[in-house]
Amino acid sequence: MIGRLEQASSRTPVSPQLAVRVAILGGFALVMFGIIFFRLWYLQVLSGPQYLQQANANRVRDLPIPAPRGEILGREGKPLATTRITNAVQIEPTMMPVVLDEQATAYQAALVKAQTRVEEAKQQLKGFLARHHRSSRFLSRSQRTELRHLQRMAGASAETPVPPLPRSAVGVRSLFSRLGRVIGLSPRTIDERVVQGITATPYANVTIKTDAGWGALTVLAERQNEFPGVVNQPVAVRQYTYKSLGAQILGYVGQISPVELKLPGFRGVSQGTVVGKGGVEYYYDRYLRGQPGIQRVQVNASGQPVPASLQPTPPKAGYDLKLTLDIGLQREGETALQQGMELAHSLGNPGNAGAFVALDPRNGQILAMGSYPTFDPNELVKPLTPGEYHRLIGSSGAAPAPLEDRAAEGAYPTGSTFKPITAMASLEAGTISPSETLGAGQCIVVGAEEFCNAGKTDYGALPLVEALKVSSDTYFFEVGKRDYYHGNGEAVQEEAHRLGIGTETGVDLPADPQGVVPDSAWRDRQNKLERECEQRKHIPSCGIVAEIAPWRVGDNMHLAVGQGDLVTSPLQMAVAYSTLANAYMNHGDGVVVTPHLGMDIEEPQGGLVQTLSFPPKRHVQLDYEHLSQVMEGIHDATSQPGGTSQDVWTGWNQSEHPVYGKTGTAERVGQVEQAWYMCYIYDPRRPIVFAVTVEQGGFGDQAAAPVARLMASEWFHEPEKLVSGSNPDH
Amino acid sequence: MSPLSPIQTPEPTPVQRPQAVRLPLDPLLTLAVLGLGVFSIVTLRAATRNLIPSNPHYYVDHQVIYLIVGLVFMLGLSRVDYARLRRLRNPVYAILLLSILAVIALGHTARGSQRAINFPFFSFQASELGKVLMILFLAAFVVDRSRRLRERDTTVRVMLLAIGPALLVILEPDLGSGMVYLVIAFVLLLVAGAPFKHLGALIALAVVSITLVLSVAPAAGVHLLKPYQVDRLTAFLHPSNDSQKEGYQQQESKIAIGSGQKTGRGVNATQTTLKFVPEGHTDFIFAAVGEQYGFVGAALLLSLYALLIWRTLRILTMAKDLFGSLVAGGVAAMVMFQVFVNVGMAIGIMPITGVTLPLMSYGGSSVVTTLLAVGLLQSIYVQARASDAWKGRVPLTPDRVRY
Repeated sequence: MIGRLEQASSRTPVSPQLAVRVAILGGFALVMFGIIFFRLWYLQVLSGPQYLQQANANRVRDLPIPAPRGEILGREGKPLATTRITNAVQIEPTMMPVVLDEQATAYQAALVKAQTRVEEAKQQLKGFLARHHRSSRFLSRSQRTELRHLQRMAGASAETPVPPLPRSAVGVRSLFSRLGRVIGLSPRTIDERVVQGITATPYANVTIKTDAGWGALTVLAERQNEFPGVVNQPVAVRQYTYKSLGAQILGYVGQISPVELKLPGFRGVSQGTVVGKGGVEYYYDRYLRGQPGIQRVQVNASGQPVPASLQPTPPKAGYDLKLTLDIGLQREGETALQQGMELAHSLGNPGNAGAFVALDPRNGQILAMGSYPTFDPNELVKPLTPGEYHRLIGSSGAAPAPLEDRAAEGAYPTGSTFKPITAMASLEAGTISPSETLGAGQCIVVGAEEFCNAGKTDYGALPLVEALKVSSDTYFFEVGKRDYYHGNGEAVQEEAHRLGIGTETGVDLPADPQGVVPDSAWRDRQNKLERECEQRKHIPSCGIVAEIAPWRVGDNMHLAVGQGDLVTSPLQMAVAYSTLANAYMNHGDGVVVTPHLGMDIEEPQGGLVQTLSFPPKRHVQLDYEHLSQVMEGIHDATSQPGGTSQDVWTGWNQSEHPVYGKTGTAERVGQVEQAWYMCYIYDPRRPIVFAVTVEQGGFGDQAAAPVARLMASEWFHEPEKLVSGSNPDH
Repeated sequence: MSPLSPIQTPEPTPVQRPQAVRLPLDPLLTLAVLGLGVFSIVTLRAATRNLIPSNPHYYVDHQVIYLIVGLVFMLGLSRVDYARLRRLRNPVYAILLLSILAVIALGHTARGSQRAINFPFFSFQASELGKVLMILFLAAFVVDRSRRLRERDTTVRVMLLAIGPALLVILEPDLGSGMVYLVIAFVLLLVAGAPFKHLGALIALAVVSITLVLSVAPAAGVHLLKPYQVDRLTAFLHPSNDSQKEGYQQQESKIAIGSGQKTGRGVNATQTTLKFVPEGHTDFIFAAVGEQYGFVGAALLLSLYALLIWRTLRILTMAKDLFGSLVAGGVAAMVMFQVFVNVGMAIGIMPITGVTLPLMSYGGSSVVTTLLAVGLLQSIYVQARASDAWKGRVPLTPDRVRY
């Protein structure tokens, strides 16, 4: 090149030496350009598509758009739970200094320790109660002291204070105090919420305040750089229209927990999604939660979104859930239950917890179901203080837990409300006949044990109908004894299972405990567990059984009156009474209904998606003659002089709406008796079964039956009347 | 156009030489420079639009100003007889040393490096201007010793004179500029005619020192370079996607260039517009070119550099004297080193040394310095043409323009 250019030049020619050296420079440049071209060819043409993919992966992030949660409606279509959009002031833990993580670690360790301590006390209490299983009324002074101590320990709060922020953490302290001034919280509260939030779900933003005022939000927005790591996010908040109404069965919502993420029911749900945490919110979560949308955002290298026109996938709103719940009856039930407990208080009984169920005996639709104490699920969607949290789960003091649904999950003996089942079983097994009179005297003595009527009343020898009417214990002790020696000795157990007790009810709620109808095989299993436990731990008693002994006649006699080892729930009892009721309506041809709350699933706009179907669990054929005798007995109990709940139903139109009801008073160790009332009220179009129980409420007639009367008045539009009975009854 | 050069012509017949067609500048060199300037502005417009959200044109506006200022300097310098600068040899060296020392004493720190002094309207990066000063000084020094070029003494002195300022600049730390100084010295010796034996020895010495500095000395616990510099220099051997690691920048740069494919992503470019490639408007602007305009764009850019380098080497051979040739050689060294090292680091075949891509990278000091160097080339060209014309060998008319 150079040579050609110089060909005609008469100018001083380039010296050969310079030419060589320039050629070296030029050659070097050529080689370098060559290398660069080949490299570029390789990068851009040969590997281009692959690098393009990497570049796209770099810049696009998928952010979930929360789907609006479906509403929960009452049976008439009125919303019980809706979704409301509000703002939440949140802290991003990743933006916080490491001192908060250290605080969270220390807090978690302390929490585990406290929980272990409470668990141990609970075990000891259980052991104590099992040891003094039958002799609750005869505890010595020192035993009472021990019991009280154990109850206090077991009921003690597992609550642990969050360790204080070290003085040296100046930055965080000043951030929290500035933030606290703006949103009206103490720096300590903010710190507690952040630390608890980090402990619960690491890395997720911690909401420290919802519904902050516009003033506070404006300050935060304007002075964003003064509040690093503090963000304001619009959040969809669940709103429960009637506050605490049906709280336990509706449940509440919250961010999915790490444990839930692994459950098959939550497959495909991503972290941070709001899911149902209890009640039907949990059970029907897959219908209610919808499908979150995806906002594809273009981000820069620091992960901050930048504007770009990427099509979002819109979220799919959750379906609405219509319940079988009758809001009016539910409201009346909750009010009535409180009134029932006040009646108990006026008689000097603690009466601090209770539950009710109203069931359509034909199909198992739950018309009302409540539990006391209760809570406002609206409070649970906001950040809680530790005190509030522990009050809800019942670990603070000895107060009962509001979150527990006593109607479905309660584990109680039933007292005399079990007697119709015993009667039915014995009639079907042929151990008694309806006209045979039994149970004379105050007590029955079997071996060394005495079995007496409440208050040692002597009803004399009675036929079945009369025995049910006055609720003679001696009659049913006698029946229990006969059953024990008849056939395989388990007529009562078999009938209880047949009618729906001691098995899962199939209710559409997260907790559906089996309960226990004790028999000889069950006792053998418990004995085995106890023996193994004692050998493993080398202690005299684990408390699983009071003493290692076979199933004896005394046990069966206790079962016959709904005492002893029987464990069931108001819901199971309502199912059993429904079976009796619908069999009675159909000349002995009954079904064991599946109690349920879900009626149908609807589109958010109202179209029907799916009718929820709960077919009965099985058909039950009962002898109509026998059944009539039993029903007559419990009808007389509500309508005839001397009937156990007759005074409660005074003034009730028995000819239009005959009531078949049975009181119950269950003895529980270390507590005042638990009041029970079960009844079935006939109506050609809207028959109903009620189950009511009040813990430590005294006699069933005093605290429980009046609740059923109030609810029945509401259901049949009768004038309300609150009557407390006074019939002692076990 | 600017007035006629001050060189007198022997045949003053105004009718035959209309002023409008005078070619006072090397047209191809000018074309390459203007092409690069436009390329820079177009690339920066997209690459910097997200850097300052409130002022998306900030970088483009400033780069335009720098280019205009630089072009004015270039035109001015092309009107000056570069030969006069030879006499300013010692003041030039003094300015070089003093400006670098001033930066070390007064300068402000940018990303851990102290490279510039802030003036009200611009920040002055002495090491950039130092490249041109170094060329001028060393060229003058070599010319003064032109009769003793074969002596080892000359080679040693030239290298020592370059190493002094280079070490100061490396201390700032601006490793890239320091290396440019050394390369300039080496190429000047090559062009001036130093024995190949000496040049070979210098290469061997360089290899040994690099090995010492990068691996042996750190192993022995002596850190001649800051650890981050060593990491950067060796990172291209082990690329990484971890943004905390040194190879990240180069890996992101490769993704940017690769994703450009044949014709580029244009406005859809993301790697260099969304800050995935750090310094995407300065040191890594080649990544922005590669992503936005693809292989075609990168090839066009490299062609412009090839044109620039060819014209530099051509002017080297045209120069009327040894000083001119050496200055052109120095400029060639400067441009070639920066282009190859900068592009090489963007495509992952060279270490990260923080040298700018001449005329493309955003930054006043770099742009103006490069255009000053081009101004010197233009002056050498103009003087060579004038000298030929004066000797009657070629007419100054455009009918036989020689390239």
